[in-house]
Amino acid sequence: MGLKIIVLAKQVPDTRNVGKDAMKADGTVNRAALPAIFNPEDLNALEQALRLKDRYPDTEITILTMGPGRAADIIREGLYRGADKGFLLTDRAFAGSDTLATSYAISCAIKKIKDFDIIIAGRQAIDGDTAQVGPQVAEKLNLPQVTYAEEIISVNEGIVAEDDKYGVPHAKLAEELDLQIKGSIRVKRRLERGVELIETTFPCVLTVNASAPDCRPRNAKKVMKYKHAKTVTEIQEQSEDYINIIEDRPYLKIEEWSVNDIETDHKWLGLTGSPTKVKKIENVVFQAKESKRISSDELELEQLIVELIENHTIG
Amino acid sequence: MGNVFVICEIEEGKIADVSLELLTKGRSLANDLNCKLEAVVLGHNLKGIEKQAYPYGVDILHVGDDKRLEVYTTLPFTAIIVSIFKAENPEICLLGASTLGRDLGPRVSSALQSGLTADCTALEIGDHSDKKAGKDYKNLLYQIRPAFGGNIVATIINPDCRPQMATVREGVMKMEVYSESHKGKTKNIDVDKILKPEDLVVKVLERHMEKSKVNIKNSSIIVAGGYGMGSKEGFNQLYQLADVLGAEVGASRAAVDAGFADHERQIGQTGVTVRPKLYIACGISGQIQHTAGMEESSMVIAINNDSNAPINKIADYVINGDVNDIIPKLVKLYKKNTK
Repeated sequence: MGLKIIVLAKQVPDTRNVGKDAMKADGTVNRAALPAIFNPEDLNALEQALRLKDRYPDTEITILTMGPGRAADIIREGLYRGADKGFLLTDRAFAGSDTLATSYAISCAIKKIKDFDIIIAGRQAIDGDTAQVGPQVAEKLNLPQVTYAEEIISVNEGIVAEDDKYGVPHAKLAEELDLQIKGSIRVKRRLERGVELIETTFPCVLTVNASAPDCRPRNAKKVMKYKHAKTVTEIQEQSEDYINIIEDRPYLKIEEWSVNDIETDHKWLGLTGSPTKVKKIENVVFQAKESKRISSDELELEQLIVELIENHTIG
Repeated sequence: MGNVFVICEIEEGKIADVSLELLTKGRSLANDLNCKLEAVVLGHNLKGIEKQAYPYGVDILHVGDDKRLEVYTTLPFTAIIVSIFKAENPEICLLGASTLGRDLGPRVSSALQSGLTADCTALEIGDHSDKKAGKDYKNLLYQIRPAFGGNIVATIINPDCRPQMATVREGVMKMEVYSESHKGKTKNIDVDKILKPEDLVVKVLERHMEKSKVNIKNSSIIVAGGYGMGSKEGFNQLYQLADVLGAEVGASRAAVDAGFADHERQIGQTGVTVRPKLYIACGISGQIQHTAGMEESSMVIAINNDSNAPINKIADYVINGDVNDIIPKLVKLYKKNTK
């Protein structure tokens, strides 16, 4: 069995290190001023895909990302770790997208890719922390979803014919509804107060938690193989020698799609397609409060402890 | 204009705390807008659930009581909420920023093509004028949340799409009974009419839910550690201090991400919000996502070696020095002075 997996990944600014010069005058973030990284939970998602490929070597993993040209870096990063190919969705028309407009663009790209079994994404990206794009993509594609996934326990190809507890036989379902159910998978979900074992039909969308295993490191052979992988835009800047190389090795070409390469309705894209608008951005200013400074000197510490005991804060 | 809706979660037959908090907030938003507060409860064996909801100011309670809704799954819940919303056209919809609300909210917003803001820390009613389009909007929901690693606070609005949807974490809003004698009316949802077979393709085979072992939300003293604790071993010293003080141990996101502590101990925007009598912040710099979850503490003691750490500005006492040196000293001095 070989599965076709799409991993949704995002290049994010490393929000753990935002300096003052990273903000533009209009209050938006100057992403160019921040180090760009592979969104951490998307790496957890990639690892789940790679584990399925370990189990079923005919599996093909495609990375799909939307972002500026330099987001091709994370496709290369994915290739170095074991993905097979990547698509970069890049266009000014996508700029200013909120989660809904993003999920619309991504779902249109997925419709173009067309042949897939499982879509795996990180639960959320560290620049927004919304956890919305995964479920919003699932809804747009009319697919079942499993969020907060921690482990894919098993994959069963083919339709289960027996009735489930609600008396809904999958075979019948697929036939009546013309749903292309290809099989079922079992997934462990990590919730705030427990775990769930879920069974869902696929195609489906999974979003993976940070509690799932970390992604394996780069593979040296794959780094050698893919280090010259480039998008069309990047290829244009290369010398003729490089263009000759890429003709011999087509796997080095990273697919790049603009808005004209996918079928969309422009009114759902970018700023226009985003129902949420940013009204106001405030930089964080802490209100200074009169605080008492104490050194690590034992006498001073003891005074504090005694004071807190006497006013019944502790003890 | 439509009404304010709150999607209520059921935990062991009761409306969950986070939902009661949202009903309290929803009631005050409905009063501001001069509209009704409606709530949706989905589950099984919900007889008498209205008695829990009405005192929080619910005017109309939509109840979907069905065996197939006993355990939450995405598709049936989405189908029912979308169907109600298409009929009722709500102005505002609030959900808990729980695993349920964060699974369901985006799905519903995607189906209705309406805007959703995650993890809001404040919700207010206000106006907006779009100068470019020459349009004025009255009484929008301001959805306020820290963003971008906590370096900014953003006010988000949904001018044109309804409902205006927002999720809020447990503990962020206050829970308050509106009136013990408040009565609303209940509408039963025709679940059979809405659910289709394909809504039931996802099944929960097993479920092990456990009550949170850690009860930082209700603890009166919290000793919290950040990335500045340096290591898991360093962090573990906090348990000794917490032990002698009768406190719970909390953690910043950086400490949780570094593996020093479990997620259930995380305090802040993406964790729990706490209001203890004493908060001891050890090796925590105090990014706004963290302080959003603890700034209402009655007293804050900050221990760190960075005299410019933002946390120092909201602290009553700042102990400057090496946490690994100071914490054992505090344990020793406390023992000495309470004997």
